[in-house]
Formats: sequence, structure tokens, C-alpha cells
Amino acid sequence: MTASTPRTLFEKVWQQHVVTEPAGEPTILYIDLQLVHEVTSPQAFEGLRLANRPLRHPERHVATVDHNVPTTSVHDRLVIADQIADAQIKALRKNCADYGIELFDVQDAEQGIVHMIGPELGLTKPGMTIVCGDSHTSTHGAFGALAFGIGTSEVEHVMATQTLPQDKPKTFRITVDGELPTGVTAKDIILAIIGKIGTDGATGHVIEYAGSAIRALSMEGRMTICNMSIEAGARAGMIAPDATTFAYLKGRRFSPGTPPTNLNGRPDLNAAHNIGKTTDDFEAQWNLAVEQWSALVTDTNATFDRELHIDASTLAPSVTWGTSPGMVTTIDATVPSLADARSEADQKSFARAYEYMDLKPGTPIEAIKVDAVFLGSCTNGRIEDLRAAAKVVDGYHVATTVRAMVVPGSQAVKKQAEDEGLDRIFTSAGFEWREPGCSMCLGMNPDILSPGERCASTSNRNFEGRQGRGGRTHLLSPAMAAAAAITGHFTDIRTWKFRS
Amino acid sequence: MTPINTLTSTAAPLPLPNIDTDQIIPKQFLKRIERTGYEDFLFYDWRYTFDDKGNTRPNPDFVLNKPEYKGAEILLAERNFGCGSSREHAAWAINQYGFLAVIAPSFADIFFSNAGKNGIILVRLTDAEVETLIQRSTANPQHKLTISLEDQTVTDPDGFHAHFDMDPFRKHCLLNGLDDIGLTLLHEDKLNAYESNHQKEFWLSPKSQTA
Repeated sequence: MTASTPRTLFEKVWQQHVVTEPAGEPTILYIDLQLVHEVTSPQAFEGLRLANRPLRHPERHVATVDHNVPTTSVHDRLVIADQIADAQIKALRKNCADYGIELFDVQDAEQGIVHMIGPELGLTKPGMTIVCGDSHTSTHGAFGALAFGIGTSEVEHVMATQTLPQDKPKTFRITVDGELPTGVTAKDIILAIIGKIGTDGATGHVIEYAGSAIRALSMEGRMTICNMSIEAGARAGMIAPDATTFAYLKGRRFSPGTPPTNLNGRPDLNAAHNIGKTTDDFEAQWNLAVEQWSALVTDTNATFDRELHIDASTLAPSVTWGTSPGMVTTIDATVPSLADARSEADQKSFARAYEYMDLKPGTPIEAIKVDAVFLGSCTNGRIEDLRAAAKVVDGYHVATTVRAMVVPGSQAVKKQAEDEGLDRIFTSAGFEWREPGCSMCLGMNPDILSPGERCASTSNRNFEGRQGRGGRTHLLSPAMAAAAAITGHFTDIRTWKFRS
Repeated sequence: MTPINTLTSTAAPLPLPNIDTDQIIPKQFLKRIERTGYEDFLFYDWRYTFDDKGNTRPNPDFVLNKPEYKGAEILLAERNFGCGSSREHAAWAINQYGFLAVIAPSFADIFFSNAGKNGIILVRLTDAEVETLIQRSTANPQHKLTISLEDQTVTDPDGFHAHFDMDPFRKHCLLNGLDDIGLTLLHEDKLNAYESNHQKEFWLSPKSQTA
């Protein structure tokens, strides 16, 4: 390939990370950052120990606890009642200490869901390759990084070699042009895409999201979109970095050009790598980084294996009705009938989903009552999500039939929300205000649904039993979840009477 | 990893599309720090019934609880098997239960990779071919299939013969039981050369200030 061949964003990032392409074997791809959490890492560390292998680059690993941690109170997090969960978290502490990995522990100011803290700390950057033993690693693609989830054997592989053998995925560009109608969010865009292409619609592909509606999104919105790429089966999702990306990253703790701080939070100019540096040097480092990142766009005339165009102005607030994220419709629609299924196999899934979800085809979505509302997760647990939900809730009270909780995605989001007074809006409306973690998105900690309970959830998966055995999950945007909490049933946010 | 060449066994049919890893192994079993002992948790919510007190009993209607399918080393399913969460526990549970191969029209990417690392043979056949095998194994639980990795074929005594595609490198690893990390480290000179340049690219480093 010559330098003048037009390349996609994905191809640029891929090529920059090729260590070697041995004949007849997968490409060996360099991994810039591996994020680590308690659930998918213990067996990987054990593998290193058994093989007596060192961890090649501890400085390219960062760990936190998120999946297992209780969210009820600081005390419940420090003294975890579930012995097996507690042992797993203790194992992570020991492993990080043994192998020299920086760990953001349960009450550290930096703790949070692994896909929240990477961007917040500026660890995630355009052009990087990022992996984690978690399928929602695709979130980081919002910055123009190539980021994907891996299994535990691969986690061990990265620990030992800082590389992964990878077959080159295909490319898929989804262009969303036009203006989003009021009340329609990033979550509705990605749910509409999954509904259109199906949960295996992008298997084997890396999606690049492009178009004016994507450009107009904040970093929070872009992360929501890339986060759910895996729900369409994609290997990863990416969005080219631009001024919005750079503005988000500037000044973050591990961003280029940010002077390292001392314990007082002030620039630590005596740190070894800072000696002799001036403010101008830091500024120059930032400018050089932005110059490098700015090249990470798909060249005009570059081609993709697949393309899809979506007109943003035609979208409406989405709600899933079934047991797969592809079983989605809009708030003004009804539960689809068997005739709406695309294949015989889908008909079988529909029939099973009606039974599991206790829904009849033809039921208006707005007529479905909910028992629980969960606001949080790496999909929608960011400050913008909490602001949108608080705006809906302000001046109202949660329906007496509903239990509702807000679980900020990270300590940083929690603090920011409290500084803005959002916590008081939620608690005075009857929401529980929790400590950060994955929580009811997957119900590994005590936050689960009871059998038969129906939940409006801002998370990413509505699989059978995902939020608790027998629990029924409907995915939707934060504002829509907030409205359902108030009225006790799914409610069209486009007609909401805001009281704030 | 044990090398595999051919496998002849009865097959357990699970005729559903989009079987996600949350169904293969529910989250409560992901808190364990061991790599073994997952066999009893495979398809947990489908395999057991639960009373109000949380007591479990094997669900007699579920295929794995039917005595006639005991000992099946091949699992048959419909498209997009293993979608959702990246949990390798799903591959461990399938393998430790005793399945050595899964036949389906398609598999989700991460599960596909995880299965390979654990020596599970994943066979992609067409929808129609899988349908035929599901029908035969449903009608006769003693029906045996033979998977030949060398020839990349699935055959049965009733004349079924299907060829499947397989990445040559993956086949080589399965046939020889190779360790991936060891294979990568054979290229360590290239890795060292790459890193000596790449480490200077601070804009691609997690902690840019110390790069």
C-alpha cells in the first residue's frame, strides 16, 4: 500500500500498531493500554504465575473495581458482605501490588466503571489501541481509539506480551446525517441502528460512525453510541477525533501537556520527568499531540466494506420490548407482531420473548407499566445523562409503584452531580442516590431485580435474567427512564411538561 | 491445550438463535477466581427450576437434563451463538461440562476467540445444514456425528456430508495444541524493535507525561 492510498480511520490506527505480520499467522497488534477489573483478571494473573512469566508493561495497565462493588453505602463497599465477591476484589488488590499496576480502589476519587475512568483521567486518547476483559470496551472508540473487549486468555496474552494476535476486521461506516428531533438522544440513535441491522449485523466489522448528527454529539453522547457497538455484534466502534474530542481531553490528568500533580493537586515541577520544563514546554507537548491526532480521519475516497445511511430527523425515542437489544421499537409504537419478525428464527425468538417479558403483540409501549428504574452504567452513567434525567424529574415525584435508583458511573460523576445539586433533585423526587459501579446493569452485586419485576433501564443489555433471574429489562434513554419513573409507565419525553 | 483431530459423538440440540453468554453462564458465577469448576453452572437459568425459597431442581424439559443426551460432546445451536458479554467463563463452562465442539451457522466474535483459546472446535455450517443436524439429533438422541478437523468436514452415518471453512492458523493451533503467548514471543525481536520507536509516541501512551 502506498502512502497516497486513501485510508479509513480504522486502517490508520491498525497500521500504526502492527508489530509484525508473520506469513500464515494473524497480525501481531501492539496494545497501548489494557484496563483491568476484578472479574475477568484473576485467572489471567494466575496464568502468568503458573508460566512464571513477567507482566511486560505495568505502566500500560490501569485497574479499578466496578462490577462487584456494592453501591448502597461507603461502609458496605469497605466491608463487603458477599464473601466470594470480597475475595475477588482482594485478589485484584494483591495482583496489582504484585505486578506493579496502578489500582483505583473502591473509595478513591478516581474509582468508577472502567469505561468511565479511562476517558475521565485522559488515559484514553485518539489513535490508541485499548483492550479490557469487558465487551463494552468499545466505548473508548468515541475518541478515535481502536478499543475492543477480549476474553481472559487474551487479557493474559496482553499482560505477557503487550500485544494480541488479531485477524484484521472488515470496515463498516454508518453515516447519521441531519438534525436529531427534540427528545431524541445518542441512545436512541444506537438502539435504532441495532434494530435496523440486528445483533449480529456488524459481526467481524469495525464500525465508524460519521455524519453531521454524530459530529454534533458531545463526547458523552459519542461514548454511548460506541459503547453499544458490541450489541450490533461489532468488533469495535470508532468516531474520528475533532475539536470536541480535544476540548474534552485538554487538561485531564494523564493527557499530554498536563503537568503531573503532587499530593496537593498542584503541578509537581520537581517530579523527575518535569525538571527543567516550563509552561511553554507543556503547551508544546499538547499542541504536538493535537497535530498527530488531527490526522486520524478517514481520507476522502477511502472505501468501506459496508455502508449504511440514517436520517437523524426520522428518529424517535426508542424502547426495547424483548430480550435482545435488536428487539426495539419507538415510544409511539406497539409491541411488534410475529409478522414483523424478519425470519423464522426471529419468529421463534419473538414468541419466546413475549412469554418471558409477559407482553402481547399489539400492546402500546406507553401502556406498559414499570416496577423499577435504573439510571446508570457505562452506557448512560455520565454527567450529561444525569443532567438530562434530573431536568425531567425536577418538580415531580417517583410513582408510588416504582422503585428508582441513580448509580453514577464514577466517583468523578458523582461529585460533579453533587456539586450541581442533581443528587438533591433525585432524592427529593424519591430516587435512591448510590455509590458508583456497574450495579444493576448486570446485577453482579446485590442490585438485582426480583423474578417478574419490570425495569426501565439506561443500560445496554435486555437479555433474559441480565438484571436478575426472571427480571424484565427495557432499554431506553436517561430522560425516558426518568419520565417512566415519574408516571409509572413508558412515557413519550417529547410531550413532557418540564417543571424546572 | 489438548490437540484434537477427529471427534465422533452424539449431539445435544439447542435450537435457538442469539444464545448470549449471560444464558451460557449467569453473572453470579463470575465472582469466582478459579479457572475450573464451571460445569455445574452451564445454562444455569435454563437448566434448573427455582422455587420461592430459591431452591433449585433440574428442569426435566431442558435438553442437558434428558438422560438420552448425557455424554454428548457436540452442541448444536442456531445463528449468533455466544453474543453479548466477553466472559471467557462461557467457554470454560461449555468445555468443562464436556462439550468439545459447537456447531452453528455463526458465532459472535469474542466468543469465537475465547473458544479457540480453550481448544473448543467451533464449526460454521449453513442454516440448512444445521437445521438437518438438529432434526436428526432431536429425532434420535443416539445419532452420532463425526467432525474431522484435518478434512474440515462434518459427517454422519446417514450420508450427511458438509465441509466447513476454518482459518489455517487456527486449525494448526488446534491440531497441535499450541500456546498463543509462546507463539507471539517467538517474534520478540520484532516486538522490541517496534517498542523502541513506539514508546516515544507520547500521544499514544496512557500516561503521556511519563512516556
